[in-house]
Amino acid sequence: MFRDKRSAEDFAEEIKAHLALEADGLKNEGLSDEEALRRARVEFGNVRATQERFYLRNRLVWLDNLVRDARFAIRQFVKNPGFSVIAILVLALGIGACVAIFAFVDTAMLEPLPYANPDRLMSVNESEVGKPLWPLTYPDFRDWQRMNKSFSSLDVHTGAGFLLRTGSGAVPVQGQRVSGGFFQTLGVRPILGRNFNPGEDRLGGPNVVILSYGGWLHRFGARRDLIGQTLDLDNQAYTVIGVLPPSFTFALAGNAEFWVPINSLSTHERTRNFYNFLGVGRLRDGVSLPTALAEMKAIAAQLRQQYPAPGRDESASVVPLSEIVVGQVRPIFLMLLGGAGLLLAIACINVSSLLLVRSESRRREIAVRRALGATPARLVQQFITEGLLLALLGSMAGLTVAAVLMRLLGGLIPKDIADNVPFLEGVELNAHTVIFAAAICLLVALLLAATPALRLSFQKVRDGLADSDRSVASRLWRRLGANLVVIELAVAVVLLAGAGLLGKSLYRLLHVPLGFDPSHLATVRVAAPDTMFKTDVQVDNLYQEIERRVSSLAGGESVGMSSMLPVECDCAIDRIHFPPRPYHGEHNDVDERHVSAAYLSTLKAPLLRGRLFTKADDDSKPGVAVINQELARRFFPGENPLGQRIANDEGGRPSEWEIVGVVDDVREGPLDAPISPTEYFTLNQTHDHSFSLVGGFAAMALVLGVVGLYGVIAYSVSQRTREIGIRMALGAQRSSVYSLVMRQAGWLTVAGLAIGLVCSVGTSLLIRKLLFGVQAWDAATLGCVALLLAFASLVASFVPARRAASVNPTDALRAE
Amino acid sequence: MPTQKNNDDRITLLQGTLDLLILKTLRLGPCHGQGVARLIQRQSEEVFSVDHGSLYLALQRLEDKKWISAKWGVSENNRKARFYSLTAKGREQLMEKTGE
Repeated sequence: MFRDKRSAEDFAEEIKAHLALEADGLKNEGLSDEEALRRARVEFGNVRATQERFYLRNRLVWLDNLVRDARFAIRQFVKNPGFSVIAILVLALGIGACVAIFAFVDTAMLEPLPYANPDRLMSVNESEVGKPLWPLTYPDFRDWQRMNKSFSSLDVHTGAGFLLRTGSGAVPVQGQRVSGGFFQTLGVRPILGRNFNPGEDRLGGPNVVILSYGGWLHRFGARRDLIGQTLDLDNQAYTVIGVLPPSFTFALAGNAEFWVPINSLSTHERTRNFYNFLGVGRLRDGVSLPTALAEMKAIAAQLRQQYPAPGRDESASVVPLSEIVVGQVRPIFLMLLGGAGLLLAIACINVSSLLLVRSESRRREIAVRRALGATPARLVQQFITEGLLLALLGSMAGLTVAAVLMRLLGGLIPKDIADNVPFLEGVELNAHTVIFAAAICLLVALLLAATPALRLSFQKVRDGLADSDRSVASRLWRRLGANLVVIELAVAVVLLAGAGLLGKSLYRLLHVPLGFDPSHLATVRVAAPDTMFKTDVQVDNLYQEIERRVSSLAGGESVGMSSMLPVECDCAIDRIHFPPRPYHGEHNDVDERHVSAAYLSTLKAPLLRGRLFTKADDDSKPGVAVINQELARRFFPGENPLGQRIANDEGGRPSEWEIVGVVDDVREGPLDAPISPTEYFTLNQTHDHSFSLVGGFAAMALVLGVVGLYGVIAYSVSQRTREIGIRMALGAQRSSVYSLVMRQAGWLTVAGLAIGLVCSVGTSLLIRKLLFGVQAWDAATLGCVALLLAFASLVASFVPARRAASVNPTDALRAE
Repeated sequence: MPTQKNNDDRITLLQGTLDLLILKTLRLGPCHGQGVARLIQRQSEEVFSVDHGSLYLALQRLEDKKWISAKWGVSENNRKARFYSLTAKGREQLMEKTGE
């Protein structure tokens, strides 16, 4: 189509020939050479216009202009490398942060459930007063499964640990026990082998196992012939029947690799008071969540009547599974996304004000172009092209920044959260992210184009050409530019205040009294499967052996054992009562820990009353318990707890324990949770959120904000050089010049800080759930932020003020 | 916008007429642009005066459509000139248009 394209020169040549021929004809009619040529030209009309029409023929005019504008813009950027590099870098940081965080939010909130129709999947569990989500008991689950009509399928899962025997010894591995329809409910099919068959989850069913893709790949080298072979888990032979797809993750199961059907139950699990199974159901088509919830509540009530027991007053809860899976990370990500958005806002404002400054110095160029006939639309197009180009370059650099940030961020996620959100490992630049980046790019381009274009429309051609009429421009500049700085400072305050509050929360969290001495403590986890250590004697022997071997390690002072490490979670909950007091099913829920005799002394937990355990407290003696101060405070107010009795009812075997000691409150649960009453005959670890990221945003915001303020003040000083010169020539002192500039900066700073402080109280209220031990309006933090920014902006405006004060009046008057 | 549309229609109409006149002129044999202008003017008995700029653009348009072809040559009075001649496709078009 474009081949043999005729050149404009050839066309011009033809017109020249035409004019010559025409002139020849006229000469034959008796005209002079000159007159003939003149007449020929007159006859032809506007040669240039014809040539231009020839040039424009078949061309997309806007594309042509775009290419030309882009070329011009690139020339401009290359000519001002300082401006271009700073603008692109600033945009890259803002855009990169936004895109990286979005990638996580996208994965965490939009696709956390890699299953068929994930929105129909519900977490179906019991609920308790004050505990909205409470696991199911196995018998209740079977009844719910049988009686409900709302769910097309209802299944349960529960965590399990196995010892996998390999060629080089036994390895502890993570697994899950699930009811038979679990994978059908999720809508997941094994990529190899088969799903559980009906009946395999009946009591006494065969030992079969389905492997996660990761487990199959890493532990068994992805051998296809593994299907049908047997594995040794906890000294029992399990037949491998299937492998799950690589995309399969189940957040609530952490990194479980071995999935087995629930076909044997412990004594506890057979009862209706051992809450250990988490339910997942798929809603039938057309059934709404409230309908399902109402039905499950009715079933729960019916079962409660059927099997009455003290303390049994649970109801049902039906919550979207996604809510359970991402509920924990959602506020953190939303906060981070908000932070990144603010950072991008600051970046845009900064680049906008840089563009504004540049458009100021391009007034003459623009005025000349307009005087030569460029329409305002054509000029605006030029600015849009420049904005687009800048945004495009910024976005490309931003994507690189995002890729790096994503890797860094992945490492920042605390391990216990990462285990709960395994899908976050798959975060990468994908179609969603790139589309998001493109949208951001467009938004930024519009913003960048709007600023100078807006500025342009105020300006009269004559003023621009005159160029000496400073007053109009600088008044406009001050109005626009100053507003930008105020916004920028306000945003910086919000970010810094948020970071400050989160930082303070983290500090508080790290300085929560633990109730024990964490220094020089090392921990080891030991797994002892029931199938391998069947009798109490075997278990006791194991404990003694471990204790003996660990104590003999060089440098060890003492060894203690517990069923859970401290600061892990408020789990392993026991419901107790206190004979001979009457018991009517009150919810006396306490953390239960089984610990060795030396455990509490190894932790250096302060003993407040009575005694700690001794080696003499064994099976032959009556059961004894040590309680924490919180338990004593709550259940024995004003009484001496020593000698009192605790009773619990586990697996239908009532037991009683005599309280022999009270220790200070050892943090068993998370640091940000209130102290729970604890009984020791058990064990526990922590989580902290990644605040460092917000800190990083805040630091960038500080730098960008200060740079912005500096730019604005410096520019307005340079605009007023002449005015300052006149003032000084008329006898103004240097000090009054200082105060002139500093006063302007001062007002901007005060306005920005004031607006920012008000806004940050608002935003802090939004993130108050993430705060710990700090109020949203924490005066110290806000005050510090305000002081920091005020100081920074003082420095930023001092430099230009000094420059203004050292202006030589003669030079200033001669300027321009 | 209706006015805009009418305008466009008129331009198309005029262009079509000019194209047709050019094709008719070239049926007589190859000719350069200036000659085509003169012939059209003479044919219409000086009533229809062709804007020369538009004529050259129309020639170019027809050449782009491959209805006519062009090559540089020498005129009867030894001047360099670009000669246009009707192609088979152009002849077809002319038959179609005048046959209607």
